[in-house]
This record gives sequence, structure tokens and C-alpha cells, in this order.
Amino acid sequence: MSVALANENSIQIGKYTFSSRLMVGTGKYASNEEMVAALDASGAEVVTVAVRRVNLDRTGDSILNHIDLNKYSLLPNTAGCYTLEDTLRTARLGREALETDLIKLEVLGDEKTLFPDNEATLEAARILVKEGFTIMPYTSDDPIMARKLEDIGCAAIMPLASPIGSGLGITNPYNISIILETVKVPVIIDAGVGTASDAAAAMELGCDGVLMNTAIATADDPVKMARAMRLGVEAGRLAKAAGRMPKKLYATASSPTDGLLT
Amino acid sequence: MDITVNGKAKDIPYGSTIETLLMILDISPNGIAVEMNKQVIPKTRHNVTFLRDEDDIEIIQMVGGG
Repeated sequence: MSVALANENSIQIGKYTFSSRLMVGTGKYASNEEMVAALDASGAEVVTVAVRRVNLDRTGDSILNHIDLNKYSLLPNTAGCYTLEDTLRTARLGREALETDLIKLEVLGDEKTLFPDNEATLEAARILVKEGFTIMPYTSDDPIMARKLEDIGCAAIMPLASPIGSGLGITNPYNISIILETVKVPVIIDAGVGTASDAAAAMELGCDGVLMNTAIATADDPVKMARAMRLGVEAGRLAKAAGRMPKKLYATASSPTDGLLT
Repeated sequence: MDITVNGKAKDIPYGSTIETLLMILDISPNGIAVEMNKQVIPKTRHNVTFLRDEDDIEIIQMVGGG
């Protein structure tokens, strides 16, 4: 049973197999110690990091000194990029720094919503696929975009549940369901998850995984929330596999009606 | 020789390579990446890539992010 459950939790992205369907970010933690404890509690294997300029004025402590690379697989992102050129440069720099072809592709269209620029995302994906990247694109919850990204050769589709860092949960579960019917590559909810029930809901819809940062890092107790997210993802996955009962408008008694006293 | 590193002007000796620049800046080559005039220079070429006047260098590292 435990082996079956372990396999149930693993996920294939392109040529890679990862041990957990929960993927977590490393931003916004109060300290590196808190981040390390939360990563551990989450059970995640895939951990996202961002590409930024080295600060030349002081020798900074690299986040890589705190993440056990025997335990975690780093997923560099292009977060904060608003143009095609910046996105491509950031992706290539991330690959060079971490010696990985995995990239969480993110081209933003607007500072207020952080919604993706879908046109630029498609163009970036086209170019980076040719350069051999394994692309996990952040996208709107649009089934047509999902299909186009899959056709281009992306290894997964990562629709937002709601705006990045909003914690609003899955605002359009019906679109997510259509995306799940539309593409064959893994669908990973990226952005918008607020609490464990949101993660479970994503998995109950049939999503293959969930990626999150803010919900864990800005919880009052990030380590507890990381564990809650781990359990939420596993619970949702199991519930989906179990097959839920149909919803009914009226009650159906659970106890037998035969043999009542009166 | 005047170059730009991460958006800031920097005066470095003639004949410097990217490897020299990283030593001058006291930056370990592990876990970072270097771009010269918007082209990534692989680690294996740091010691054979010579800098020229007005080169635009970016040195990046990984930081926490989602």
C-alpha cells in the first residue's frame, strides 16, 4: 500500500519524475531556517527559485547554501519578466547557473494583476523549446492557451487558480476542468492557492499537481501550513482516485429504515 | 578599461577575462551565471573570454522566489 501511494504521489514532467505533486517556492520567508523547515514539511521535491543580479556591494549568502540539492530539484523561474527579451535572457541565465533545462516560464502582462502576457508566453515557449528547455509555463486558465502551449511542446501546463499571491483559491474550476480534458501533459495549478482545501480542490478536479509559495510562506506558521498543503494535495489526489459520490438535492438516510422501534 | 557590471560602471585592468572579473569582485563561480552583451558565457569559457572596453556584463545568482 505504501509503495502504491508513493507512486501515486510521483509526477512525470517531460523526461523527469518527481516524488511529490506539491511544488513550492522559496520566496517571502522570514528566514532561511524557516524556509528549510517549511520545504521539509511540504514533502516537495521541486523547489522554485528566481534569477536576480548579484549585489556587488556586499557578499550575500546564497540561497543555494541552504537547499539540499540531493533532496530537492531546483526549478528556476522567469518571474518578474515583462518582455520577451528579458524572459529569454533570464531563462538562459537560470539554465547556466543551475545546469538544468527545467524552466518555469512566466511572462507577465500587468503589474497590478500579474496576469500572464499570453502572446509573449507562446513566443518565448516556441524559442525555448527549440533550445532544449523543459518548459512549465504559467498561463491564464484558458483551455485554448493550454492547447497551444502543449502543441508547441511544453512539458506541463500551469494555469493560475487566481492572481499570484492573492490566496483566492480556484476562481474558475470549470475552465480548469476543460483544460484537463483538453491537454495530455500534466496540469499543475500555479498561483492563487490560499489554504489546504484549495490544494485539495485542485487535485479533486483532477489536476496533476499544485505549485505555491505565498500561501505557505506568509501563513502565521509556515511549517504547519506546508504540512497541511502536503496533506491537502494527497487527500485531494486520493479522493479523485476514489471517485466521489454523486451530489443529491435531498437527504438519504445512512442508517437502515428496517427494524425501527415504531 | 571601463565596463558595466550589473548596471554600474566599473574600471578593470586591460587583459581581464570574466574569470579575472569574478575574482576582482570576490564572486564564487558556483551557482551564478554571467552574461556579456546579452549573451550567456558558459562557465567553461570564463577563463578564455576577454573583456573589452564598454562591455556590458550581468552577473546573476539564484534568490528565493515562487
